[in-house]
Order: sequence, then structure tokens, then C-alpha cells
Amino acid sequence: MFRNVAELVELAESQGKKISEVMIEAEMEVSQRSRDAIMQDMYANLDVMEKAVRRGLTEDIRSHSGLTGGDAKKLQEYMKNKTFLSGPTLLNAVSMSVAVNEVNAAMGTIVATPTAGACGIVPGTLFAVSDKLQPTRDEMVNYLFTAGAIGYCIANNAFISGAAGGCQAEVGSATAMAAAAIVEIAGGTPEESAQAVAIALKNMLGLVCDPVAGLVEVPCVKRNAMGAAIATVAADMAMAGIKSVIPTDEVIEAMYRIGCAMPTTLKETAQGGLAATQTGRQIEAKIFGVRMEK
Amino acid sequence: MKYKSVFDIIGPIMVGPSSSHTAGAARIGRVARKLFGKEPKRAKITFYGSFAKTYQGHGSDVATVAGILDFDTSDLRLKNSLLIAEKAGMEVDLTTSEVLTEHPNTARIKLSDDQESIEVVGVSIGGGKIEVLEINGFALQLGFDSPTMLVLHEDRFGMIAAVAKILTQHKINVGLMEVSRHDRGARALMAIETDAPVSAEVLEEIRQIPYVFDVSLLSLN
Repeated sequence: MFRNVAELVELAESQGKKISEVMIEAEMEVSQRSRDAIMQDMYANLDVMEKAVRRGLTEDIRSHSGLTGGDAKKLQEYMKNKTFLSGPTLLNAVSMSVAVNEVNAAMGTIVATPTAGACGIVPGTLFAVSDKLQPTRDEMVNYLFTAGAIGYCIANNAFISGAAGGCQAEVGSATAMAAAAIVEIAGGTPEESAQAVAIALKNMLGLVCDPVAGLVEVPCVKRNAMGAAIATVAADMAMAGIKSVIPTDEVIEAMYRIGCAMPTTLKETAQGGLAATQTGRQIEAKIFGVRMEK
Repeated sequence: MKYKSVFDIIGPIMVGPSSSHTAGAARIGRVARKLFGKEPKRAKITFYGSFAKTYQGHGSDVATVAGILDFDTSDLRLKNSLLIAEKAGMEVDLTTSEVLTEHPNTARIKLSDDQESIEVVGVSIGGGKIEVLEINGFALQLGFDSPTMLVLHEDRFGMIAAVAKILTQHKINVGLMEVSRHDRGARALMAIETDAPVSAEVLEEIRQIPYVFDVSLLSLN
């Protein structure tokens, strides 16, 4: 089993395998389950993701609080009717990522990747990139194994939840996971995947977890949007041959140390950041009635 | 390594909105339910830390009760669990506590009916993963990633060896083991995660060991 990204890349490159394949084989060993059983579980995840993307793009999603919903559809309509500046794959990734996170906020069914708060980025980028590259269903499942392999390294060497390490740990991890998976599905090397992880995660460092009223809605949905954008661009940069000066595992370590240094007011407690703004407080009071001195 | 499987990262399939506050809460509730072994008449839930502060927004209360009803994290009935519990005649009592706990997302759950009761303390550590830190006052640290066997026995010499011997005879490898006791010579709890599945026959053999009071097998999947 690999313990960090460097070991993962070394295992993949020395055996001429993809990261997804290394992950599948490691999972077989750890769980003592057959390849078939493991693939089937991941296919089930893929199916749930696909349904969530479709729901978010076509249905009128509205969260219970009324704070979020409908933005994914708005972007799709904008792309259809207006001249837009960034590319269709990028905007699709953003829109699909928002779609899944809006479904989550409305208590719909999603797959935590690695968490529910960051559940839009991996499926959003996957289905957007798939529209362009037309991969096989197996390649799409492999995308999830590659993303999972990176998430596994981050989770075991740092953290993946906003409560533990801030949004950089949550949306940041999802963004890094997606960046590596985009590289692989687009034909890049394991080393390029690792570079994409470093480039993506660097741009998430320091991001705090400050949900308004404690709800997984504001700013989570829009952070999922930008996570998808960063992941896609980081993948392109890595495949262009751009390298991170700081090695990937050291970027992850930096994320960990920053998370440890972050005050608890900025770690999912709804006590700081956007949650503590005047509007954030007003929304909180409106939803829950005036409560809790902070 | 805290996280062992790729499905800890890509998964679980769940009803939103929060993996730690919704899915994790549901799983803690479900562990308590599985340990109780039947539908309880009363459920007393205490939330600490971030659970106490934000449970309404995340549906942690609804999710915990769903777990106590033995619903999975992806079960769409999760949203309506409070109503379902009420219809089933289950009395739910939810309180929050200001007491500081080591982990931000901690829940204490007491389930009971007219015959028996059980008390479980669980924490949600992120991504839907949970750890159980206490069962009926026994301090432990169990993730329930794989089927876990719980053996309640008298605290005396040879108990671990007796259980291990039966597992050896059935070629079952122990992946993780925790022992906890109230007092020396009092009741003790052995928790064992095995690589291979443990059959009903093996459980019965262990149940027949002298000084073993009870054996159960708990699986969250």
C-alpha cells in the first residue's frame, strides 16, 4: 500500500500502470474482495453521481432554507443563449459541480467525495470532461479510483473535513482529487496527475470553512463551482508540463499545518468569516430565530 | 492509517447535506440500534460540540433517529425519520450539552425498552466515517469499517486465548482487537475485527466458552 502521493506515483510508474489501477489493486488487497465486487461498488457510486448531475441540471432544485438552488440551470441557459468567455468544458464542469451540490443542499442523494460539502467537484468535472473526451464507462469508473487514491493520501496525511482543517481540507481535497483524475482520463501520466494535485491544492491553501447559519449552502455551492474550475485548469497546466516547485506531499503537509493553525471559529462552527458578516447573521436569525451568542 | 479503503473517500452514497453531520450522525445512530438489536421504545440523544451548535441546519437529529430506525445513510426515508419514529411509538428525547468533548462532533445515545438499555458514545470524524468511543461505559475506539464481533465476558485469565483459539480453528485472522473492562475482575468487553466473515456457528462456539455472557456481530454494511 502507498502512504503518500510520491509512493503512489512511484508504484504506478515503475509498474507501467495507471493510478486507478494501483488503487484498485490496493483495495483488493486491503478488503480481500474481488475486482468485480469492488468495480460494482464504484459503478453504483457513478450511477448516483450521474443522477445527481442530471437532477441538478434539469429540475428546479431549492434547498429547505431557500438559500441555494437553480444556479446550475442558470449557467446552462447562459451557455445556450449567450456568448461566453471561458470554454464549454470549464463552464460545464462548474455548472455540473453546482448541480450536485445544490442537490445535496436540498437533502437529495449524492456520493460524498470526499465529503458531502465538497460532493460536486469530482462528479461535476467527470461528466463535463466526459462530454468532451467520450470515455468508456470503465474509464469513468477509473476516474473515481484515481480521485479516491489522491483523497486517500490527503486523508491519511492531513484531513478532508471542514471541521478538522477548514474548507482547504474539504473543497481543497476534492479539487486536488479531481485535478489528478482529469489528467488520467485525458491521457496524462501519473506524475502529471501528482503535479496537478500540487497546483490545485496550492490555490486552496488557507481557505476557511465559514458556512452561513451552519448550513452546507453558502458559500459551499460556489466553492464547489470554483473548485471544479481550478481542478480543470490545474490539469491542463500539469499536462502542459508545468511543474510545482514544492513537491505534492509537501503541499499536503502545508495544508495540514495551516489547518492546525486555523482558529476553530473558521472551522465549520459558523462563528467567523462569511457566517459572521452582517448578512450572514441576519440569515441565521431568520432561519433559526435569534439564537446563541457568538 | 485512519482511512483504509477507497470507499472511505468516494462514498458513502448518502442523503445530504453533510457527510459528518448527516451521514456520520446516521451511522452513530445505527451502531447504537445494531448493538441494541431491536427497535427501542425510547431514544435519548445528547449532542456535543459542533453537533450541538449546528444540528438543525445539517439534519443531524433527523439523521441520528434514522440510524436508530436502522435506515442506511442513503435511505430516502431519512428525511422523515422523526415522523416515522413517532408513528412507531418511539419516544425521542434530544438535548444539547455545553460540556467540552475531545472531538467536535460527539453524540451520546441511550436506547431502551422495558427490558434493557444500551448507551453508546460516537464521534463523526469526517467524510461519513465514525468512531465509537464508548459502549455501556466500556472505553473503546472502533470504526466498524468491517464486521466487528463483540464479546461480553468476565474479566479473568485465558478469555482472549479461548476466543482466539476458536478463531484459529476456523482459520479466521484478527485484523484489530480492543479490550476494555469496568474494573479488574468485573465485566469486560472484547471487540474483534476479522478479515474473514464470522459464521453463526463460530459465534455459537464462542458463546459456549465459560464466563462468556454474550456475543454479537455488528456490521454497518
